[in-house]
Amino acid sequence: MNEAGGAPALLVIGIGNPSRGDDALGPLLIERLETLRLPDVELLTDFQLQVEYALDLRGRGQVVFVDASLEAPAPFTFNPVVAVADASYSSHELSPGAVLHAYEKLFGEPPPAFVLAIRGEAFELGDDLSATARANLEAALAFMSQRFSDTLP
Amino acid sequence: MNLETATHPEGLRRVAIDPISRVEGHGKVTLLLDEDDHVQQVRLHIVEFRGFEKFIQGRPYWEVPVMVQRLCGICPVSHHLAASKALDQIVGAHKLTPTADKLRRLMHYGQILQSHALHFFHLSSPDLLFGFDSEVAKRNIVGVAAAYPEVARQGVLLRKYGQEVIRHTAGKRVHGTGSVPGGVNKNLSLAERDELLKDIYQIIGWSRDAVHMARHLFEQNLEQYNAFGRFRAHTLNLIRADGAMDLYHGGLRARDMDGKTLFDHLDYNHYWEHILEEVKPWSYMKFPFLRELGSELGWYRVGPLTRVTQCDFIPTPLAERERQEFMAFDGGSATGATLAYHWARMIEMLHAAEAIKELLHDADLQGDELVVKGERQERGIGMIEAPRGTLIHHYRVDENDQVVRANLIVSTTHNNQAMNEAVRQVARQYLDGRKLTEGLLNHIEVAIRAFDPCLSCATHALGKMPLQLELLDAEGREIDRMTRDAPCSAGAPPAS
Repeated sequence: MNEAGGAPALLVIGIGNPSRGDDALGPLLIERLETLRLPDVELLTDFQLQVEYALDLRGRGQVVFVDASLEAPAPFTFNPVVAVADASYSSHELSPGAVLHAYEKLFGEPPPAFVLAIRGEAFELGDDLSATARANLEAALAFMSQRFSDTLP
Repeated sequence: MNLETATHPEGLRRVAIDPISRVEGHGKVTLLLDEDDHVQQVRLHIVEFRGFEKFIQGRPYWEVPVMVQRLCGICPVSHHLAASKALDQIVGAHKLTPTADKLRRLMHYGQILQSHALHFFHLSSPDLLFGFDSEVAKRNIVGVAAAYPEVARQGVLLRKYGQEVIRHTAGKRVHGTGSVPGGVNKNLSLAERDELLKDIYQIIGWSRDAVHMARHLFEQNLEQYNAFGRFRAHTLNLIRADGAMDLYHGGLRARDMDGKTLFDHLDYNHYWEHILEEVKPWSYMKFPFLRELGSELGWYRVGPLTRVTQCDFIPTPLAERERQEFMAFDGGSATGATLAYHWARMIEMLHAAEAIKELLHDADLQGDELVVKGERQERGIGMIEAPRGTLIHHYRVDENDQVVRANLIVSTTHNNQAMNEAVRQVARQYLDGRKLTEGLLNHIEVAIRAFDPCLSCATHALGKMPLQLELLDAEGREIDRMTRDAPCSAGAPPAS
């Protein structure tokens, strides 16, 4: 809850399994952001998105989904995402666009949302973060700190 | 013909459903059809391999309850609690404090509630509400939200409530640390209790409505639901000492397909004397069986349908009334119907909601005695009834506090053969001799989804999996094969 009694304006959701190598990029970025103690920001992590995350989007000014990616060019991409009824609806794991679509169905127009896709290389169980991913994480953290610096005291 | 293995697979046409949608992990079904489209072979395969037991070995035991949550994004709390129960034994905590026991139960019922809500409303209701071969574009939760907005809304809020129970008891929404070897690391504050109490009566009401919806769907399609993928099976579940349903703790009850009790109130620390696992070369997932009946005939069924039909009663009033109606319905026909899994699952969701309410009114949740310890042991076994069925965690820890052996038998593995049976039955009923369509193939998936399988954590340890490589020519004919077999385990404690 922020000072005005509402939900913090910025929600950042880190997605991934901390025990699967570079899949940990999302949760690790959240860990690093936690140390910055940003005001009016809520930080969440999960293995995967499900439909109830639509409820977390209520009252937000912006939402950022952070995930590791095998397709994004290094070090990361940061792109807007819109509501879309894609095939992930039929699985245990929704895409960010599907969560926004669920929000749209339940509450109307969703808040502006972005996907921060950090390039990863190796996703095997028990792997540590790869050196490349570690560098990409630092670049993504610097970007987030700069982009949302107006939330800093 | 049992359809597990075709007598002459050469020249048969192969159809794969890959991946199966609306199940966790990656599953694959292969059908072999002859030139007249008659089904000759049906197999449910597990494609993803995780090797988690190997991953646990070498870890300090106190890390395990947190580590195992990374096994599955769907039921992490079940693994968290099963591991904690096993490690209670390692630290010599044979009886937890009332606060610890009830906190863990509350966490577990939150998990049951959220998992069952997700499965029924989001993954299965599209099939049940629109029909198994309805328009594929509509057959998802978005279609449900458009046609039945209140149903979709309640599904989201039920799931969310269960997640909130988990957050307050585990300390975090995911990767919680609430349960530790010997107890818990926090109690439930009065503020947390009051926040959960605020909505619990609404949650009970919606859960009851969900039971009635599941029953209504069954009644509406009685002939189809009764027959769809139906098969006879032995059963296995945990049961409380007085015969009540208890999803957190109890003794093992096994009955054969005629209802004869094979063992009852069995101390689960000796499960390995009664449950063995067979490996088949065509699947990464093991095939457990009851030793008394042998590998061929001893497979069994676990999960909501087993628990609701094999308990003597449910110890909360509304769910017990629904159980009695379920058992009496149509002369008891639903008790063996694969699609009755959904109805039974909703009865359990109602029970979980009622149990949460009762626990929230218990002052023990605000107690300060959180952890007990006793004489250190080398081996620990934890068993729990997870949303999908019986879950076993078995560890051996050395004098340096490191896990040196681990064996996990998850619910989906227990149901491996049962799911294969259901799929083969549906293939006989709906596919045999017909031209295949997406709608017909979805019937196979509907049968699998009834079990709510979570395939990602159901595969077994590195180095133990049998491998089979098949080299096929352009016509699909096998021209070479390489096989590495693994024997079934034989009556020894797997983690010793």
